[in-house]
Amino acid sequence: MPFSLLKYGLNSDFPYEKHADLPSPSALKSHYDVVIIGGGGHGVATAYYLAKYHGITNVAVLEKGYLGGGNTARNTAVIRSNYLTPEGVKFYTESVKLFKELSNEFDFNIMYSQRGQLTLAHTDAAIRGFRQRVAINKHFGGQSELIDPQQIRELVPSLNMNPADMPVLAGLWHTDGATARHDAVAWGYAKGATSRGVELHQLTEVTDVVVQQGKVTAVQTNRGKISCGAVVQAVSGHSSILAAKAGFKLPITTYPLQAMVTLPVKPFLDPMVSSPSLHCYVQQTSRGELVFGGGSDPYPLYSTRSTMDLKEGLLANAVELFPAIAQMRLMRQWGGLTDMTSDYSPVMGLSPVENYYLDAGWGTWGFKATPICGKTMAQLVADNGKVPALIKPFSMERFYRFAQVNEMGATAASH
Amino acid sequence: MKMINCPLNGLRNSSEFVYGGEVKDMPDHRNCSDREWAEYIFFHDNAVAVVTEWWLHAPSSYWFIGERHTASDEFLRTYDPSERFNTRVEFAVPVVESEK
Ligand SMILES: Cc1cc2nc3c(=O)[nH]c(=O)nc-3n(C[C@H](O)[C@H](O)[C@H](O)COP(=O)(O)OP(=O)(O)OC[C@H]3O[C@@H](n4cnc5c(N)ncnc54)[C@H](O)[C@@H]3O)c2cc1C
Repeated sequence: MPFSLLKYGLNSDFPYEKHADLPSPSALKSHYDVVIIGGGGHGVATAYYLAKYHGITNVAVLEKGYLGGGNTARNTAVIRSNYLTPEGVKFYTESVKLFKELSNEFDFNIMYSQRGQLTLAHTDAAIRGFRQRVAINKHFGGQSELIDPQQIRELVPSLNMNPADMPVLAGLWHTDGATARHDAVAWGYAKGATSRGVELHQLTEVTDVVVQQGKVTAVQTNRGKISCGAVVQAVSGHSSILAAKAGFKLPITTYPLQAMVTLPVKPFLDPMVSSPSLHCYVQQTSRGELVFGGGSDPYPLYSTRSTMDLKEGLLANAVELFPAIAQMRLMRQWGGLTDMTSDYSPVMGLSPVENYYLDAGWGTWGFKATPICGKTMAQLVADNGKVPALIKPFSMERFYRFAQVNEMGATAASH
Repeated sequence: MKMINCPLNGLRNSSEFVYGGEVKDMPDHRNCSDREWAEYIFFHDNAVAVVTEWWLHAPSSYWFIGERHTASDEFLRTYDPSERFNTRVEFAVPVVESEK
């Protein structure tokens, strides 16, 4: 347990101004060595590792809204590494390792809860896919196994084993599967970064990117122009809009992704359960709410509205999986803008503009990658554009070489 | 449910439609470079604007073009592709190495 929590509990004088997590807003400087666009988890994690491992602290994180108010605050917080490709599995396994240590590293509780993720197979083809994923996962140090219907019944007694007349034939049981408090992840990184000298500027929108002779030299904001040595863009659903300002296109399309939670009930569901065939996953939070999520909206849109159609489709399947929840009430609904790539892998690393680095294409699956993205992006910046081996396969150039990293089957409805 | 105005079938539920991507000019696939082809297939404007897109009315297998605002989700116009593609597209014969 983080010691600060213990101290906090035993302290008679409760936190007030001097214990504030983040410094008060300050004026923008005219120059920073590194400007990070987007104050979501990825942006602040990059700043944190730049300061912590590379001693680079003349850094500004510019956020047009508030810290972690984008997809970082909207995701359903599934953390896992049971992907399909060696490139993907290696990368996400590193992220899960970092996640496990974060509370201690920050001395700030991110409420990491490793309850395991169970993905259901309703077809023989799905079982074959699972076998492949188990083998690749184990090879790279993850923990996954194929389990049978009896083991599934024991793990999740409330599960209907024949949902929508699609019998559950087997499960991919990923004991590394976890969730964490997403806001705490953003705040932990932001706190760690700002205490080392990084500046976080909220309500600061980048409105233009200045490129001279193929090199980024400054960004224009609603609070004035800032010159900079390097830029990292980590703006999820708005990736294409910023790239257009820097003068290039991305292999990305922005789709809304919706989610919702019920009123809280007593704990009855321990693992996170996902059915790719039913396009639905369900998990119970530590507060007792059931979180539901599924696939992205059927067509692109820059709007975070929620729709009735999605709820009808998704919840019909959730009730098939867990008939006992049919009478529960929804409490909240929301949506986020997800930057989807056609191969369900991110776009990380170099861009056509010198010193302008990309952390994009995170779509519906980027929360779990927050720590490793921060770490590898920081290394990329500190090494002046030498791409770390772990993220080489995710370069934007892969689309020109027809070398996609296909994670569609392992991502679609499970994030 | 949201309704979309199909040029062939009139107003129908949006669940009957499938999105087909941005309308773009296809490069001459027999002569363009791999890079140009990749750009055409994988890279998108993905802008916040009124965009021109392909849509399919699935039950009648009918493709048409829609002009839609990507922030308000409002369709300004939908029309038959013949309005835009009204002449035959000819591609030059590829230059074969041995003939150079
Ligand atoms: C409903 C939903 C469920 C999801 N579930 C999961 C899940 O279970 N597991 C998982 O791993 N992932 C999940 N994801 C995906 C995950 O949330 C994202 O991939 C991840 O949070 C991206 O983090 P980020 O820091 O890159 O982006 P964000 O947190 O979106 O941060 C980007 C920030 O950039 C800011 N910005 C944009 N434009 C500008 C500008 N011009 N100037 C300044 N700032 C700007 C935005 O305001 C925003 O705060 C889900 C997403 C959604 C929407």
